[in-house]
Amino acid sequence: MGRTLAEKVWDAHVVRKAEGEPDLVYIDLHLVHEVTSPQAFDGLRLAGRTVRRPDLTLATEDHNVPTDALTITDPISLKQVETLRANCQEFDIRLHSMGDARQGIVHVIGPQLGVTQPGMTIVCGDSHTSTHGAFGALAFGIGTSEVEHVLATQTLPLVRPKTMAVTVEGRLQPGVTSKDLVLALIAQVGTGGGQGHVVEYRGEAVRELSMEGRMTVCNMSIEWGARAGMIAPDETTYAYLEGREHAPAGADWSAAVTDWEALRTDDDAVFDEEVFLDASVVTPFVTWGTNPGQGVALAAAVPDPAAMLVGSERDAAERALIYMGLTAGTPMREIAVDTVFLGSCTNGRMEDLRAAAEVVKGRRVADGVRALVVPGSMLVKLQAEKEGLDSIFRDAGFDWRNAGCSMCLAMNPDTLAPGERSASTSNRNFEGRQGRGGRTHLVSPAVAAATAITGHLTAPADLQEV
Amino acid sequence: MDAFTAHVGRAVPLRRSDVDTDQIIPSDWLKRVERTGFGAGLFSEWREDPAFVLNQERYAGASILLAGQNFGTGSSREHAVWALTDFGFRAVVSERFADIFRSNSLKGGLLPVQLARGEVEALMALVEADHSLEVTVDLAARELRAGDLVAHFPLDDFTRWRLMEGLDDIGLTLLHEQDISSYEQRRPARLPATRPAA
Ligand code: SF4
Repeated sequence: MGRTLAEKVWDAHVVRKAEGEPDLVYIDLHLVHEVTSPQAFDGLRLAGRTVRRPDLTLATEDHNVPTDALTITDPISLKQVETLRANCQEFDIRLHSMGDARQGIVHVIGPQLGVTQPGMTIVCGDSHTSTHGAFGALAFGIGTSEVEHVLATQTLPLVRPKTMAVTVEGRLQPGVTSKDLVLALIAQVGTGGGQGHVVEYRGEAVRELSMEGRMTVCNMSIEWGARAGMIAPDETTYAYLEGREHAPAGADWSAAVTDWEALRTDDDAVFDEEVFLDASVVTPFVTWGTNPGQGVALAAAVPDPAAMLVGSERDAAERALIYMGLTAGTPMREIAVDTVFLGSCTNGRMEDLRAAAEVVKGRRVADGVRALVVPGSMLVKLQAEKEGLDSIFRDAGFDWRNAGCSMCLAMNPDTLAPGERSASTSNRNFEGRQGRGGRTHLVSPAVAAATAITGHLTAPADLQEV
Repeated sequence: MDAFTAHVGRAVPLRRSDVDTDQIIPSDWLKRVERTGFGAGLFSEWREDPAFVLNQERYAGASILLAGQNFGTGSSREHAVWALTDFGFRAVVSERFADIFRSNSLKGGLLPVQLARGEVEALMALVEADHSLEVTVDLAARELRAGDLVAHFPLDDFTRWRLMEGLDDIGLTLLHEQDISSYEQRRPARLPATRPAA
């Protein structure tokens, strides 16, 4: 019987197989950031162990960094970042620190440097490692104990996951983005729908996505519980990779492409689960609640918990509406926001910034709205500046920042105050995610941009011509 | 790691589904570089509400957390497990756990006990009726017992053995160092390195 893409990558990385035991799986790339690594390095030191493959390890500073200055004033954040610097120095790990042109969010810099390639196994102490699956890599988040395990052994003992196919038939309508697609998917399958599975996204709409759009979809795999998300590599993937700093070159490039061509799910392979979605019916999509599955079309209204059939869903929806300060039946378009955040590892790449800039160009941010653009990496920032996007944003009244996780999570100075409401291109709308008492609506970059202009949730198509 | 064979304790019902790791331990706690002291941050925002179940006197000292489905969803932060264990929990019962949380728990001495929805519901009702009810989580038998309720939970043989022996995962893997080295010899040379190999 044929094998799926995920199974092919898995099989190629099994170091040791034994009956009744998890497979020992080799890790090709280990990404590290300051938050989930200090206790792992401590563990190594305590046990007198060392880092087996510093040359397959790459570190960056992202979660704690302020994006409006190059110095950290919070002493606890500073200590965490300094601990990473000391650990990388001690164990000889390449680190991109604040101020470095290659610094940025861990899931943005890997693809950008070309160290993320098809067929690899990639891990990081971060759940959004699933992003790298857009290249046909098997990439997933791990906890700190596993970070220590990978540092020490470059392997992980893992139980072979189940496989799932998400087939997205048809084409996305103009003005509908990969973010809308994945939010609609999560609303359909629920936050736990992918649990225990490695998901492969397939179908016409997926093939037609750019690399950056594919990364957005794979990034949010974890938000519906999937262990990892993958997309088979194709011409789009190769075109993105070719010429990047760490991409193979010359004869190695052709050899690599030949190998990558084999990374397809065989026609006779069988998935453990299959999900189908019709892309042509997806419209701009936003969340109303406190988990990414609580979403509706922007054109719809806040749902009524009383109409929900499942008891646990009803309770969760009731709680969410109280937290979010919303009333059932309110049209989503009438919800006013205080803050617009454009950035994160979900939507902080060039294409995201370009899409938003196109909407913003020649317009002004609504009075009283705080709007932030935070490029996912310093290279994204430099490229955007080269294209003049920074002035478009600044002229419209946006703040233009340095790279970091910023308002995706409340670990740095960019946060929501209690009761403040945001439209955010990030991936999580959990209670307090963007700051205690903050209320988050997840949106696409285009919707974020249009929302900044009107001050309430808006799609670009709703704006008047300029 | 400490060996785990069985645990007997009292339980506390947290009637919420999709309890995410940002609620278990909010991100401002993640700035710490230590592995201990996270108990104070456990559910810190919810605990500001005096009526929150963990604030109720009758459940003080409970060591088994009963929760709605999809517990531990969200980020990979192992700090969530450290917060639960530091607070005094040894097991969490839910119909379904997020994958990374489940694997973090199994590294950190917190047993994720997966039961059917009806069993979780029955257990919550028992505990709400009698908060002093003794609950036994028996790893050897892969069984949870409380009053008349006897429920079986899944756990693979290997993990069960590792927990019962209190074995260190890294130590186990290093027994296969030879396999790792020979795999490394076979890896294609064109695979990317983050710096030239030493
Ligand atoms: S941008 Fe957000 S989701 Fe992505 S790595 Fe940073 S904190 Fe995590």
